[in-house]
Amino acid sequence: MEPIIVFENVHFSYPGDEKESLHGIDLSIARGSFVAVLGQNGSGKSTLAKHMNAILVPDEGRVLVDGIDTADESRILDVRRRVGMVFQNPDNQIVANVVEDDVAFAPENLGVEPKEIRHRVDSSLRLVGMYEHRMHAPHLLSGGQKQRVAIAGVIAMTPEIIVLDEPTAMLDPQGRREVVDTAFALCRGRGMTVVLITHHMEECIDADRVLILSKGRLTADGRPEEIFADKALLEREGLEQPETARLLRELREAGMRLPGEALKIGDCADQIAQALQAEERSRSSWQKSSPKS
Amino acid sequence: MAEIITEKLSHVYSAGTPFESTALHDVSISIPQGQFAAVIGHTGSGKSTFIQHLNALLQPTEGRVLLDGQDINNDKYTRRDVKWKVGLVFQYPEYQLFEETVYKDIAFGPSNMKLSKEEIDERVREAAAFTGVSEELFERSPLELSGGQKRRIAIAGVIAMRPEILILDEPTAGLDPAGCAQIFENIRSYREKSGATVLIVSHSMDDVARLAERIIVFDRGTVVMDDTPASVFSRAKELMEIGLNVPKAAELAVALRDRGIGLPEGIFTHERLLAALLQLREGRKC
Amino acid sequence: MLRDVTLGQYFPGNTVVHRLDPRTKILLVVIYIIALFQAQGWISYGLVTLVTLVCMALSKIKPSSMFKGVKPMLFIIVLTALLNIFYTEGTPIRPGWIITWEGIARAVQMMLRIILLISGTFLLTYTTSPIALTDGLEMLLSPLKKLKVPVHEMTMMMSMALRFIPTLIAETDKIMSAQKARGADFETGSLIQRAKALLPILVPLFVSAFKRADELAVAMESRCYHGGEGRTRMKQLIMQRRDTIALVLGLLFLTAMIVLKRVGL
Repeated sequence: MEPIIVFENVHFSYPGDEKESLHGIDLSIARGSFVAVLGQNGSGKSTLAKHMNAILVPDEGRVLVDGIDTADESRILDVRRRVGMVFQNPDNQIVANVVEDDVAFAPENLGVEPKEIRHRVDSSLRLVGMYEHRMHAPHLLSGGQKQRVAIAGVIAMTPEIIVLDEPTAMLDPQGRREVVDTAFALCRGRGMTVVLITHHMEECIDADRVLILSKGRLTADGRPEEIFADKALLEREGLEQPETARLLRELREAGMRLPGEALKIGDCADQIAQALQAEERSRSSWQKSSPKS
Repeated sequence: MAEIITEKLSHVYSAGTPFESTALHDVSISIPQGQFAAVIGHTGSGKSTFIQHLNALLQPTEGRVLLDGQDINNDKYTRRDVKWKVGLVFQYPEYQLFEETVYKDIAFGPSNMKLSKEEIDERVREAAAFTGVSEELFERSPLELSGGQKRRIAIAGVIAMRPEILILDEPTAGLDPAGCAQIFENIRSYREKSGATVLIVSHSMDDVARLAERIIVFDRGTVVMDDTPASVFSRAKELMEIGLNVPKAAELAVALRDRGIGLPEGIFTHERLLAALLQLREGRKC
Repeated sequence: MLRDVTLGQYFPGNTVVHRLDPRTKILLVVIYIIALFQAQGWISYGLVTLVTLVCMALSKIKPSSMFKGVKPMLFIIVLTALLNIFYTEGTPIRPGWIITWEGIARAVQMMLRIILLISGTFLLTYTTSPIALTDGLEMLLSPLKKLKVPVHEMTMMMSMALRFIPTLIAETDKIMSAQKARGADFETGSLIQRAKALLPILVPLFVSAFKRADELAVAMESRCYHGGEGRTRMKQLIMQRRDTIALVLGLLFLTAMIVLKRVGL
């Protein structure tokens, strides 16, 4: 697959900080993929995210977005237009008093024609399911709704990549679902590249790829099934194995035949049910045949 | 000792304005000394309004709140004194830190109680120990510490009042899994050593399932369930219908039952689910 | 409770007054204020009052909400009236009294002037959304850009402030509750004690406001904000016929007031 974001040996430390926040990151993200980034507080996740749209630029190494070097100041708007960022605190990224005016903010900054802005604002709000609320005041919306407005606000730039930096950390479970579902819909339905940074493992299970960041280094990179099956790795990173993966592993250790990995509740239940039925069948056929002998 | 009771508690916000809204309706609950209870419900279910009545931050529109049989809203003195007995830790408490040093911030509550210097010092050290705040940090400014440290300092600030009832509103919101585990461990140890009642508001059902003895479920301003975790989570489907999460193990149990696996009721932790599945297998073998 | 404070003075609506271009409304308010200060006699005061009432009727703003706006100023209004009653020379209403007929007349006129001034400006904020207001202001002031006055930045700051007022009020509310839960006492004690008691609120509020400002700046930059240069607007302000008519009526009103002043009415 064609890479759309490339990190080449990226080092970064904040001014006045002795320790490096990013410690030689090499990473290539494929166009149209859904990449989840896990890591503890202070692991450098947000710093990584901020390198993707030139809010921060590397001290050493380079970051290419769609082939553009983010350190090239003359092309900074080209980078930012391609990479939409959604942040943790919904209140601190909404600039306007009315939902639709907020969504219009980025295209206005880019000097888009008024008619085209109107069109983009309406379609972005429909895409995240907030069109009905376009005339509302943002501070009266729920956390999940605010984050969806923030997503609409970056979609209106027609970006190719959306980077969500812990967008669900301050939300309740319902708001979390709203935001994660929206992110997946953008990737699967619209072909956008999505980078989701999160603490919540259950938000990663449908991703194409999971990265784990620890002390400024990438310590794991793989499909969610691989990462979450690796108990030792998760323990080392201070992460708990998802219930589904843990149950399958422990049942297997107890001698059940469970060939595949499954992270979703439904898939996991299917596997266990099938395994139990298979055992039942083999037992009954064994019981049928045994009296003869 | 401290038993807290609400009698037909109702609360209406902005009464008499176009923004009038009923946040609580007819809530009667009694929490005995030493219980570890969890309050769950989605945003706007009334759970935050409920807990703010327990230390008289909010006054009931109707009904009463009794602590050891006394109405906590009797007069302004009882309303103030109840704050020492019922310690309330708000959501994102790190945003309430304001003193120059960690020590002074933890001491803010006890100082307001007009205790002696020695008494305050003892309590600050004790509270810091409970929440894993190292004494080396005492002279540092709380503002320059990490988010997780700030949160534990803020919790210590409430524990330092030695509340008989400790209420925490989503104490782990926004923390990473390691940070969450540490906070829950701090709370557990405080309860164990002090014998205090603990009331926790949380969305993290797996932690609630592991820790709480009782779960109170709010929906649209009323209590819709109030029982042991086993009974509450055996109604997993109802909980999911009102938009709440259930522990992953309970969700899995529901999914397995839907697929015709005859699991018993009351499964909500990983251990029970695993044991039940293995037992089922053994049973079939025989 | 702070949450009961009604903020954002804007009452959404779809009346003629609401639909006027914000620039027109700002200019009309300026005209209105100049006209108001021309008033000297009862007839001119009557005319201004009449115009104000007609505008209120057109905008369908309830007199009660108007009164809410005037209420906080009540003290000043009454004080001005009293001063005028007692300190105006003229014919006493009874021999030997300091209260004069002229004083009463002046007091009533001063009260009327303040009330009309408040009502006129509130009519603007009641019928114009904050964002339209700042947009209108930016466009009206845009000639000043040539003189290097940072008009865009100023109006941007204004609209940001408006956006964050409700958020900061909610935050203050939360911090106050949290400190009360730790036994902070904001209600009793001497003035100095009470001022000291504000520290636990102000420090966290400032810390969080700075954090917000920081995050907001990053978020705005991420969305390609780079000042007013090359910026377009989704909502174009276009002067309609009703705006021309309104401005002409406004100027006629001002002329009438000046004429009335000349003839001493």
